[in-house]
Amino acid sequence: MGKLIANTPCDGLLPLTVGSVTLSEEDVGAIHSISPLNGKQKALSEALKAAHGMAYPSANRATGKAGDRAIWFGPSHVMLMGPAPDVTLFGNAAIVDQSDAWTVVRVNGAEVEDVLARVVPVDLRLSQFKRGHTARTLLFHMTASITRVGENAFQIMVFRSMAETLVHDLKRAMEGVAARG
Amino acid sequence: MRITCPYCGERDRREFYYRGAAVDLDRPAPDAGGEAWDDFVYQRENPAGPIRELWFHEGGCGAWIVVTRNTVTHEMIDVQLASEVKA
Repeated sequence: MGKLIANTPCDGLLPLTVGSVTLSEEDVGAIHSISPLNGKQKALSEALKAAHGMAYPSANRATGKAGDRAIWFGPSHVMLMGPAPDVTLFGNAAIVDQSDAWTVVRVNGAEVEDVLARVVPVDLRLSQFKRGHTARTLLFHMTASITRVGENAFQIMVFRSMAETLVHDLKRAMEGVAARG
Repeated sequence: MRITCPYCGERDRREFYYRGAAVDLDRPAPDAGGEAWDDFVYQRENPAGPIRELWFHEGGCGAWIVVTRNTVTHEMIDVQLASEVKA
């Protein structure tokens, strides 16, 4: 077999800057879904803290920092982004490697909230949605995970197959905001 | 119309998928007989007033919820996790 070359989901699509807002692809490392076994959530959180330095996030929150993040993804469902899960997690959770299943982008800039307000039906303004807050919601017609990672920066995740749609929808929103001047 | 997800808070109706009357939580036993199964599969109330329904937070956290709402006033009376109602 010939040598295969791995492409990222947004290969050839990003980065992209329109007006004050920049959309770029994030290389977050490995992505593992982690679901605590019945009654093991506390033990799992302790193991996460000891091995990766972050607690199990409560609903609508993310813990950790860039490169080592745990994002709440739903009831009994967290995404560990960055490190490969430590063996001490294995007895406390069902863990699935989903590294290649997700498109992960970063969108940042002065008018980023105006751009996202056009496509996301959740109030993402800083007063309501602070750093470390996360939401499972829609981005136009796609299910997405949206996390604030900075004062003017968000991380957005959609299914890998939706990469082109995501870039298209965000580009249109960015152009719409930029056109208003 | 807005629905309050027990996990995510108040969200727009477009994030939710509608399943129907919350009869699925009271599935008859396999040997319950033809009448019970006919009721379960086909017979539905169509009340002018409060109704219990199953909704799925599809464009969100993925929780199944039992919503009680008033079909006349559109009031959202109650929302509970289906997993807790069933448990």
